[in-house]
Amino acid sequence: MIELLTSHYLYVLMFALLGLGIYMVIASENLVKKLIGVNLFQTAIFLFFVAMAYIDVDGASAPIVPHEGTPGEVMVASPLPQVIVLTAIVVGIALTAVGLALIIRIYSEYGTLREDTLREVRADE
Amino acid sequence: MSSIDLLPPLLIAAPILAATLPIALGLWFDRTGWSVAAATTSGLFVGAVALANEVYTGENVIHRLGGYPREYGIELVADEFSMLIVLLVTAVATGVLAYTRRGGPRGNTFYTAYLLLVAGLLGISLTGDVFNLFVFLEISSIATYALVASGDGPEAAVAALKYLILGTVAASMYLIGVAFVFMATGTLNMVELAAAIPEANATLIRAGIGFMIVGFAVKVAQWPLHTWQPSAYHRAPDGVTPLIAALVSTASAYAFGRIIVTVFGVDYLAAVPNLAPIVLTIGCVSVLAGTVLAVIQTDVKRMLAYSSVSQFGLVIAAYGVVVAGESETALVGAVVHLVGHGLLKAGLFLGAALVATSYGARTVDEYAGLAKRRPFVAGSMAVLLFALVGVPPGVGFVGKWYIALGAVESQLWPVAAVIFLSTMLTLAYAARLLEKMYFTPSAPADASRPGPAATDGGTADTDAAAAIRGAGAADPVSIGMIAVVVVAAVAAVALGFAGGTIADLLEPFVTEVFN
Repeated sequence: MIELLTSHYLYVLMFALLGLGIYMVIASENLVKKLIGVNLFQTAIFLFFVAMAYIDVDGASAPIVPHEGTPGEVMVASPLPQVIVLTAIVVGIALTAVGLALIIRIYSEYGTLREDTLREVRADE
Repeated sequence: MSSIDLLPPLLIAAPILAATLPIALGLWFDRTGWSVAAATTSGLFVGAVALANEVYTGENVIHRLGGYPREYGIELVADEFSMLIVLLVTAVATGVLAYTRRGGPRGNTFYTAYLLLVAGLLGISLTGDVFNLFVFLEISSIATYALVASGDGPEAAVAALKYLILGTVAASMYLIGVAFVFMATGTLNMVELAAAIPEANATLIRAGIGFMIVGFAVKVAQWPLHTWQPSAYHRAPDGVTPLIAALVSTASAYAFGRIIVTVFGVDYLAAVPNLAPIVLTIGCVSVLAGTVLAVIQTDVKRMLAYSSVSQFGLVIAAYGVVVAGESETALVGAVVHLVGHGLLKAGLFLGAALVATSYGARTVDEYAGLAKRRPFVAGSMAVLLFALVGVPPGVGFVGKWYIALGAVESQLWPVAAVIFLSTMLTLAYAARLLEKMYFTPSAPADASRPGPAATDGGTADTDAAAAIRGAGAADPVSIGMIAVVVVAAVAAVALGFAGGTIADLLEPFVTEVFN
C-alpha cells in the first residue's frame, strides 16, 4: 500500500483533485467558486496526462516509443500527452472566459453571485 | 481525386476562417454577417453533397492532416455513417440561416458564433481521432453557450451558465475516458484503437468506457442528466433553438455511436459484463421520463425540448440493442432516427419560432385556432408532429420501425415494449398541440392577446424585438420564413419514403462493423 502510494502518488492526487473539483461544482453556492471547481476538475485531467507520460506503470505502453533513427536501442518519450495537455489548457481557458462573461451578466442583472439568492430572485419575478 | 481529398479539411476550415469575417467586416459595414454566413453555409452544403457523392458511389475519403502517418497524425474520415450527419448539419444550417434573415437574431457576432458552431459540428462528424473529437465537442459547445446566452433577458445567461458547467464537466469526463484508453493502448486514432483495444489491459479500457458513457449521457441529455437541456432550448433566441436542438445533441449522439461501433467494436463491448444492460436502461428510462415530462409542460418550446430527451433515449436504447443483440437493424434504425429527429426538431422549433414572432404565442393554450390564421404553418407543424409520433410515411416511423424490429429480432421484449409505449405517450403531447391548433376556436385567445398590430401594448412574453418589428412592418413573418417550415415538413415525409435508400447507403458501413 505504502509502495503504491509512493510510486503512484500522482494518480492518487489526480483523483483527489477530481473529487474536490466536482464537490465544489455541486456544493458551493457561489457561481464563481463553481467555475473554479470546473477548472480544478480539468486541471486534474491535465495532471493525469502529464503523469502517464512520466510514470512507467506496469508495462503501460502509452508514453514510450522507439526512436526512429535507432529502433530497439533508444526509447524516447512520446510528446503526445504534453501536446494534448497544451490543447486542453487552451480549451479550458476559452471555457473559463465564456463562463466568467456569463457570470458578469448574471451579476449585473440580479446583483448576486449566490445560487440560492438567485433562485429566490428568479422565483419572485 | 486529389480535389475530393481536400474537401474534408476544407469543410472544417472554411467556416472557422469565415467566422472571423463578420467581425472584421463589421468594422466597416453594419450588415455583412448574413451574407457571409449564407455564402459559407451554401458552399458547405455543395461541398458536402460532392463529398457524399464520392463516398456513396466510390470509396471512403480519408485525409491525413499534414501528411503524418496514422500512428501520430490526425485523420479526417468521410464514410457512409459520417456523411449522413455532415449532410444533415449543412442542410439544417443553411435552412435555419434562411429563416434568420427576417426572423432574427441579427448582428455580426451572432453569425460568427453560428459559423463556429457549424465548424465544430462538422469536425465532430469527420474526425477520426478521439482527442480531436474532444476538441471539436468543445468548439461546438462554446459556440452553443454563446448562442444560448444571446437570448433576451437575464434568464438566458443563467441557462447558458448551467449548460456551460454541466457540459464542461461532461466533456471532461469524456477526456478522462480518452486518457484511460490512451494509457492502455498508446494511440488516439480510431482505427488503430480498434485494433489495439482487444489486446490492451481490460481494467483500463473498462474504466475509460465508463467515463465516456457518463460524458455522452450528459451531452446527449439523457435522464437524469438532461437538466441543462430544457432551459437552454427554452431560453435561447427563437432563431437559434432550431439549430442547436437539431444538431448539437445529434452530433454528440453520433460521436457516441462512432465510439461504440468503430473504436471499441460491438464484439468487444458485448463481452464487457453489464455494459449492454446499462446502456439499454439509460436509453429506456430516458424515453419514458422524457415523454412523461413533455406531456406535463405548458410551454411549447419546453415540451419539444423534453421530447428530444425521449427521442435521444430511443437512439441510446438502439445502441444498447446493437451491443446486446449484435443487431444490424438497430444500428440502421439509430442512424435513421438521428437524422430524422434532427430534421423534425429543426422544423418544429422553426414553426414555434414563427408563431412566437407573429403572435407572441408560446404556451400550448395560446396555439388555439392557429390553423385558421396560419394554415400553412399549422399544417406543416401537424405533419412534423405526426412524423415525430411515428405515423407512416413520416421519417420518425422509419427510425422507430428499424429500432423496434432490431429489439424484437434480438428478443429484447422490454425495449420493444418501451418503444411502443413511447409512441403512445408522444401521441399524448402531440395530440394536445394538434387539438389546440385545429379544434379550439381562437376567440378567447384573441380577446386576451392583442395581435401584431397592437404589440406595443403586448404582454411580458412578447419579446422586445418582435414588438419593434411589429410596429415598423405590417407582418413580421415573410413568405420565406413560412417556406422554410413547409420545406422541412415536405423533407420529413420525403425522407420517410427514402428510409430504405438510407439503409442501402449505410449497408457497406454496417457490413464492415459486423463483418
